Amino acid sequence: MSVPQPQSPPGAATSVAPQADHADRRKTLVGRIADGRAWLFLAALIIFFEVWARVDFGGTFLFNPFNIQSIAIFAVAPLLLATGQTFVIISGGIDLSLGFIMGLAAVVAAHVINATGATLGLPMAVLLGILSAVLVAGIPGLVNGLLISRLRVPPFIGTLGMFGVARGVAFLLAGGTTVPVNNSFFAALGNGRFFNVPYIVIVTAIFVLVMHYILSQTRFGQHNYAIGANVQAARRAGIDIKSHLMRLYILSAMCAGLAGALYSARFSAGAAQAGEPLLLDSVAAVVIGGASLFGGSGTILGTVAGAFVIAVIQYGLVFVNVEPFWQFISVGVVIIISVLIDQAQRRFSGGRQDE
Amino acid sequence: MNSDVAAKPLLEVTNLSKHFGAVQALNDFSMVIRPGEVVALAGDNGAGKTTLIKTISGVFRPTAGEIRLAGQPVSFSTPQEAREKGIETIYQDLALADNLTIGANIFLGREPMRKAFGFLPVLDRRKMAEAARSTMALLDFHVNRLDAPVSNFSGGQRQAVAIGRAVYWNAQILIMDEPTAALGVPEQRKVISLIHQLKAQGRGVIFISHNLQDIFAVSDRIVVLRRGVMAGERKISETTHDEVVKLMVGG
Repeated sequence: MSVPQPQSPPGAATSVAPQADHADRRKTLVGRIADGRAWLFLAALIIFFEVWARVDFGGTFLFNPFNIQSIAIFAVAPLLLATGQTFVIISGGIDLSLGFIMGLAAVVAAHVINATGATLGLPMAVLLGILSAVLVAGIPGLVNGLLISRLRVPPFIGTLGMFGVARGVAFLLAGGTTVPVNNSFFAALGNGRFFNVPYIVIVTAIFVLVMHYILSQTRFGQHNYAIGANVQAARRAGIDIKSHLMRLYILSAMCAGLAGALYSARFSAGAAQAGEPLLLDSVAAVVIGGASLFGGSGTILGTVAGAFVIAVIQYGLVFVNVEPFWQFISVGVVIIISVLIDQAQRRFSGGRQDE
Repeated sequence: MNSDVAAKPLLEVTNLSKHFGAVQALNDFSMVIRPGEVVALAGDNGAGKTTLIKTISGVFRPTAGEIRLAGQPVSFSTPQEAREKGIETIYQDLALADNLTIGANIFLGREPMRKAFGFLPVLDRRKMAEAARSTMALLDFHVNRLDAPVSNFSGGQRQAVAIGRAVYWNAQILIMDEPTAALGVPEQRKVISLIHQLKAQGRGVIFISHNLQDIFAVSDRIVVLRRGVMAGERKISETTHDEVVKLMVGG
């Protein structure tokens, strides 16, 4: 049913005056706040902990390099999972298997490095271990992609199944326990620093930049946004949806693979449950970073802020000596506030709420 | 028909049939579209309009018959092939990615790239914005916010973006399936005036609508389908609403 617009039709049918361009309106204050909310949260949290530290025990939170280093190391694994998750959520899907794919990759890295260290030499074994972790992680990603693109399994269900499979395989490979790595080069990589910046933080930063480039500057990224907004339109425009989804889920699984490899470097051990608590953190980071779970919106930079919001809350509460259970409550509250701001912005900006 | 040079047909459909098993959705159907001509396609639900346009636009392969484009016989296995040959379909439900800009929608699936710092391939957003500005100006829509997602625009403007995409890729035949159905009255008029502009640019338009008023406002000819066969073809100037309705219901 067509609803007549309030204004009267201008002029004759054949020469209608150009209509007002709705988008000409300047962005509202709410819109601006909503766009940068993750960074505002982050700033507010840092100020909050800084004030707390000064008032409570006369110390400093932000200006202590050790704190910044710890938060950055803390954020590495959730951030890597969250970059992959950002791509998947923008496409309108979700990947629940990332946590255990990370665990699987950590175990694979540990085994490969232990098995090849004697013959290949320590550095080559480490290189091979990291490569095999990332490649092996690609296998569950490939299966996810097949299920979702060819067999039309909903992403939630398909990746939930893979969550179980990856978990089981990882524990079987690990023999139900943690696999220690005996490789001094690997331990140095996981805990060493370059001008006080941990290596794993540098690796993560470079990787996140590459992912930002892929999402914002390439056809793959552009198609990802289009598919999340309107699959039908993307298909009609000639985008190969099946091949895109395949590559998408392999990409997200490989992010988890890298996270697993860096985990085993940091702890000199591979553990199947390495990523277990991080899966929901990754979804939370993406949502706090401004993505919509309905797909079509979100950015890597937003997710970076989202991941640091969570890391600062978790580290900060420990730093000011609050019971750790408050972490869960704080992160939960931030997620809810973030979604509320998003809803409010949609309402105020006059964007259509249906469809 | 008398002046061959001036009115060489853009699209000829000859004895086209499409059967789905025992169902004859389209039977021995022929029609011609010349440059600058708007042909309305009318008929009740299930009369074969959708089958016809899907066969022309490459979604279905015809069971029998021939499609000629500018005199050359063509056979499309996908809608992409039809689009590359200049047949573009515009759907009533606005086949746009709402979160992308006008330019990104025009180029969706064929994004232009440029080299940043001389080596890094990146999306050429400036080219997309330029194309959006010039194409929308060609359709007499003037938008200033080329970086805004199309969800910020009205229904008529969004329909204009869909038409603009076809125009930018130089479509010679535009198939418009109920282009005004989702729109308010002023927006419907705007789309009708857009069709007049496409006509003036010498493109051929196949216009499907249930709204006889729109059909009479914009078309040169009307082709009525009934149960998969041609029930009649009339020049708009020589027919009436009543006659068209009679053709549709077979009275």
